[in-house]
Amino acid sequence: MATKPIEKDTNVFVTGNEVVAWAALAADAQIMYGYPITPQNEIMHYWTRLAPQHDRRFLQTEDELSAGFTTCGGVMTGTRAFTATAGPGTILMQEPITMAEMMRIPLVVVVQQRGGPSTATVIYSQQEVNLCCYGGNGEGFRVVYSTSGHQDLYDYTIKAFNTAWKYRVPTIVLGDGYQAKMREAVTMYDPASRGIEMEPTTPFVGAEGCPGVDRDPRFYRNTYNTEEELLDVVNDLKAHYDSFKDEVIEYEESDIDDAEIVVVGHGVVSRACKEAVKALRKDGFKVGYFRPITLRPFPEKQLAAAVEGKKCVLAVESALGQMKRLMTDGLYGMTVPIEEYFKPGKGVSAQELVEKVKSMMD
Amino acid sequence: MAVELTNVAPAMPACWRKETKTHKFCPGCGHGIVLKALGEAIDELGIQDKVIFTVDIGCCLLAIDFFNVDTVQTHHGRTNAVCTGIKRATPDKICIAYMGDGGGYAIGSQHLVNAAARNERITSILVNNTNYGMTGGQMAPTTLPGQKTETSPYGRSVEQQGQPTHGPEMIAAMAAEGAYVARGTVAKPKVLKKYFKKALEAQMNGSGFSFVEALSTCPTNWATNAKKTWAFLEGPMAEEYPTGEFKVPGEGGKAE
Amino acid sequence: MSDLKRIMLAGEGGQGVQSVAMILSEASYKAGKQVMYIPNFGVEQRGGVSVAFMQISSEDPIGSPKFDDADIIVALSDRAVRRVQDFVNPNTIYVYDSAISDEARKDLPKEDEVAKLVEISAHEIANTELHVRVFNVIIMGAVLGLTHMVPEEDIKAALEKKFAKKFEADPSLRDMNYTALRKGMELVG
Repeated sequence: MATKPIEKDTNVFVTGNEVVAWAALAADAQIMYGYPITPQNEIMHYWTRLAPQHDRRFLQTEDELSAGFTTCGGVMTGTRAFTATAGPGTILMQEPITMAEMMRIPLVVVVQQRGGPSTATVIYSQQEVNLCCYGGNGEGFRVVYSTSGHQDLYDYTIKAFNTAWKYRVPTIVLGDGYQAKMREAVTMYDPASRGIEMEPTTPFVGAEGCPGVDRDPRFYRNTYNTEEELLDVVNDLKAHYDSFKDEVIEYEESDIDDAEIVVVGHGVVSRACKEAVKALRKDGFKVGYFRPITLRPFPEKQLAAAVEGKKCVLAVESALGQMKRLMTDGLYGMTVPIEEYFKPGKGVSAQELVEKVKSMMD
Repeated sequence: MAVELTNVAPAMPACWRKETKTHKFCPGCGHGIVLKALGEAIDELGIQDKVIFTVDIGCCLLAIDFFNVDTVQTHHGRTNAVCTGIKRATPDKICIAYMGDGGGYAIGSQHLVNAAARNERITSILVNNTNYGMTGGQMAPTTLPGQKTETSPYGRSVEQQGQPTHGPEMIAAMAAEGAYVARGTVAKPKVLKKYFKKALEAQMNGSGFSFVEALSTCPTNWATNAKKTWAFLEGPMAEEYPTGEFKVPGEGGKAE
Repeated sequence: MSDLKRIMLAGEGGQGVQSVAMILSEASYKAGKQVMYIPNFGVEQRGGVSVAFMQISSEDPIGSPKFDDADIIVALSDRAVRRVQDFVNPNTIYVYDSAISDEARKDLPKEDEVAKLVEISAHEIANTELHVRVFNVIIMGAVLGLTHMVPEEDIKAALEKKFAKKFEADPSLRDMNYTALRKGMELVG
């Protein structure tokens, strides 16, 4: 193997797309398959510049269907592979992701959300939560990490490969156009230096030996003949998903104990939430902060515990309630009211949240 | 379940999976002949240990466990894409994509065309039976003018539904030098096997993309008896779709 | 008390707004500050107003990449004046170039609507005294003069790095850039 792309800790001031490319390199991803769409293009731009220096490969496909399915093919050979997309590309990506769900292919997809519906903007949104968590014809057997900035993009891109391969589940790193294009500080590191061992990859097809002679051939299918057969398959998938769910769930919270209002936001919006809560606390307001990091599986119990007995929950997102729907599922039966602060396709600032919370306190 | 076949002639190709025979295709279906020719090609080239087989949805998916070869069933039309992904990740494998006319020329046409354009070192095999078999006999890109199907009950109108797709001609026109493109027929299985071998060799020696269309039969949806089935294959189909090599590495090539 | 500064630079494509933001944010990052820089992008980047959003703070981690109220606004063209309108607030230090049209002047905030309204003649100075190419360095000086986000020497070092070859080939370029930087600082000083 070639030398490690990142030997020692490196502090840089770069865009999020560059961070993703470096993280995939550091995670020992061997090949990226991709199709151009803003705002994820620079992931491919950096990857194609860096990859040949480290014996990695790239294939530019004809569309996102192909990007997803070629990635599935690559992964099935036991190769750490990934793709990246956004917006309308995330729609097309649902088809390969459902195949990965059904066949438990450790597909890794980085999504940089842009405005929707339709082509909308190339800029930013949090409107691909539904798609990433539950898109496709199926039950959402995926893991979705919602990152809030560059350190997250680095950490969770690496983690996504391990989650995917450890549990054999399609895993999505959910970023957005802001994170893709903005520059901020990040520390890049060799995963081994943090005690992170990359999960070994094993081939589905093309393992050693002649099939039918030295070993049984392997047949992977996603089509079943009877309802009964399918029921068993889906129940098995669910049992498997449930078995690792608790290990995978991640969230962040602060100032919960005496809080009257809990502000909930994910991704880059959580930064505004965090900042607003900090400012409000300084002014003596009893406000808490909760951020789901995994949107799928969603930290339902943890959120329920955080908002138990509170006066109100404020759901903040750059979408019309896509995260809130995940929250209400988790909080079903509780009486705590959920106030909405939705800005579909637009960023949320700490300042406006401070005003919002103050108005709720009146 | 498996029938004892030891006394049944002719012998199966060595790479066939005997446990899954007799196969699941309809009586009179051409898939068995195509897969036999392919099995013999794999045997004669001695590549069973290196082959990875990918199959499309449609009747092709019944080939999921046909060979003693690792096999992935994909989604409708996506087989060339999955096969490409496998080949790109493991270039030393010999990767075969197996699909029908709907998968290759309609829903997955972009994958076929672009695999050819990129000169992917895969072997793409497309079975042309002029209709969507698995879904119950709808019109396909390859349905002949005037041919009746479930979605062209008065016969395919060229005015309304266009000309049949001529895949090998299209692929040969765009493929790079080094690519191999041919159209065979289940009426001539030995020639078909030869085409498969040359296609696989193009992949093995890295000369380029390889594509073979096989004219095949579908008596179930054609609603034909044995005689009429064969008559359609060797008559109107053969007329519409000339067989032969359309592109041969180093030779160019044209239809017979 | 947080010293967070929210800076919005707006100009026409080619006025160098993004390179100013890039150099300033990178120099601030190197000086150990918390920094966030995001260019506006989208279809606007083709023929639209180019906007750079920067946030710089000594301690506090930066929250959302974009913001509603800017502490410092620099508007360099007619269209830029209109583009920044929503970001003006009573605490804003508002800088605009004297080359904007009389029509655009009508859209400027009133003196009492902002903390400070500063007209600078960067365009004119660049064209008459220096060179049109250092227009953006004058702007950089102006932003530096208003924020003192990093020592002047750091920006000089950044320029040195960015234009190493050009400076080497023609040392007078170095002087011109340094003069432009100083001019910019003086314009707001």
